[in-house]
Amino acid sequence: MADHVSSTAVVTAPERTVTRPAPGPVPESGPVRRATATGRPRTRRLSPGKRRPYARLLGPLLLLAVWAVASAAGLLDPRVLPAPWTVLHTGAHLWTTGTLRTDLGTSLWRAAQGFAIGLVAGVALALLAGLSRIGEALIDGTVQVNRAVPTLGLIPLFILWLGIGETFKIVIIAIVVYIPVYLNLHAALAGIDARYVELAETLRLSRWQFVRQVVIPGALPGFFVGLRLAVTGSWLSLVVLEQINATDGLGYMMFQAQNYGQTDVIVLGLLIYGVFGFASDSAVRLLERRVLTWRRSLSS
Amino acid sequence: MAPIAQQLNAQQVTAQQSTPSPVPPASAVSLTGLTRSFGARTVLDGIDLEFPPGQFVALLGHSGSGKSTLLRAVAGLDHDTVGTGELATPERVSVVFQDSRLLPWRRVLDNVLLGAPGREADGRDPAERARAALAEVGLAGRENAWPGELSGGEQQRAALARALVREPELLLADEPFGALDALTRIRMHTLLRELWQRHHPSVLLVTHDVDEAVALADRVLVLDHGRLAVDLGVDLPHPRVYRDPQLGEHRERLLAALGVRPDGGPAGAGPQED
Ligand SMILES: Nc1ncnc2c1ncn2[C@@H]1O[C@H](COP(=O)(O)OP(=O)(O)OP(=O)(O)O)[C@@H](O)[C@H]1O
Ligand SMILES: [Mg+2]
Repeated sequence: MADHVSSTAVVTAPERTVTRPAPGPVPESGPVRRATATGRPRTRRLSPGKRRPYARLLGPLLLLAVWAVASAAGLLDPRVLPAPWTVLHTGAHLWTTGTLRTDLGTSLWRAAQGFAIGLVAGVALALLAGLSRIGEALIDGTVQVNRAVPTLGLIPLFILWLGIGETFKIVIIAIVVYIPVYLNLHAALAGIDARYVELAETLRLSRWQFVRQVVIPGALPGFFVGLRLAVTGSWLSLVVLEQINATDGLGYMMFQAQNYGQTDVIVLGLLIYGVFGFASDSAVRLLERRVLTWRRSLSS
Repeated sequence: MAPIAQQLNAQQVTAQQSTPSPVPPASAVSLTGLTRSFGARTVLDGIDLEFPPGQFVALLGHSGSGKSTLLRAVAGLDHDTVGTGELATPERVSVVFQDSRLLPWRRVLDNVLLGAPGREADGRDPAERARAALAEVGLAGRENAWPGELSGGEQQRAALARALVREPELLLADEPFGALDALTRIRMHTLLRELWQRHHPSVLLVTHDVDEAVALADRVLVLDHGRLAVDLGVDLPHPRVYRDPQLGEHRERLLAALGVRPDGGPAGAGPQED
């Protein structure tokens, strides 16, 4: 727009070309677009361009570098934030002699169980609600109410019901996971393009064929949005659960460290959470790219 | 090849059928007193239409005159519409829409195969038939492309292949070439006409393009105020030359019925668009 305006301005008021900051040849006549040396017309590319592999690691690595440099320069008080190598050293020490291995195993196992249950429940409920009117009437309102209640606020109640063992933690994680899975998958199933419904009718697809070949593949992009939110959510709830109500796990390790003022252990725990969160999110993205190959043909 | 016993069986069946009622049925499509309205607005007002098997019919009309409504009624796609009348259509009906409506997550071949009759229908491999249909529309070699990788014209040809592979007795098309450029459209006209000559389905082609109608159809209908205002037979050999004077006569009649003078201005007494 702006380019167009300024190049027409050239025609009516040629003297203004002097102040025009744009490099390259000045158009002599009207808004004619000229090819550059590469033979491409001079259009502004609006998409951010090609994605480089592992580019998303750049930000975290930069952060790490700043941290390391600041520590080495003595800008950071080790009691506030210990140097990266101190944290690494603590990690290695705890891994070989301490409880880090079992704590990590416990945390992963909790997250995995809660995630699996939440995923299955979210998908099942979304399918029931998205594919049948009775299912929708029964399920959708209920989930919306559940969503409005902060899940972490349910912790006291669940402890009373289920005791302070593993079960309540897994249930809480499952709830945190199922909600975004349900919401996004249900919205995607319910929002199927009416044109495709019409097509399926004219092709005389059976209901099952319609669901399997049209509705579900069409809802997969929405499902992956929910899945990524769910992965993040499962780690978040794990942190909270293990810091308040646990006798083992990463969160418990950090909680103990707080009592003894071991900043390096706390930072180690945070780093592990961060790495796992990032890794699981990347895994979901990878899976998404594999499953939704057809989308690349649209964006390329 | 079907086993001989099965062939004999088939012959016996047709022999038996031919005794009580003559095969093929007398009419491919028959509408009697078809009425459709949206709220207080009656869009189709008692349409009577009958056409024999294998006839190529084009349906013209102003924007909003109810062409799509009529086609959707024939296709059985108007579940929530209030309406009366009788409707008889053949068993196998295919629909081609203005957009290709290829599912973006299925490769071209799988799109053509969607809902296609299985091997049990006539003993042929469905994938082979789909390949053949794609070859017929000039898309051989593009079977494994994603729909998003095809041009607009190619997508529409894939949609034609998807319609054809079902061997329809009736082909319904709602402005199938409306989104294509003029050159591609002419190519598609030739293709559609060739396909029709080879497979001979009845065709109901909705279009707003008078040239398209007279170039392709054996019979042209004009829908106006809920009724079929014109029913014009176009009995000219194919392929038709656009500049044929006889074609020009038909074109002018139709344009007049649509309320447009040949020079493009509105006719004094013709029906007006609302
Ligand atoms: N689902 C609907 N609800 C309400 N009104 C509708 C609906 N579908 C169609 N109509 C109305 O019915 C009339 C006929 O519509 P239709 O789509 O059949 O026109 P058309 O002849 O196909 O027009 P075009 O050439 O623009 O495609 C229009 O006035 C339209 O507004
Ligand atoms: Mg229409």
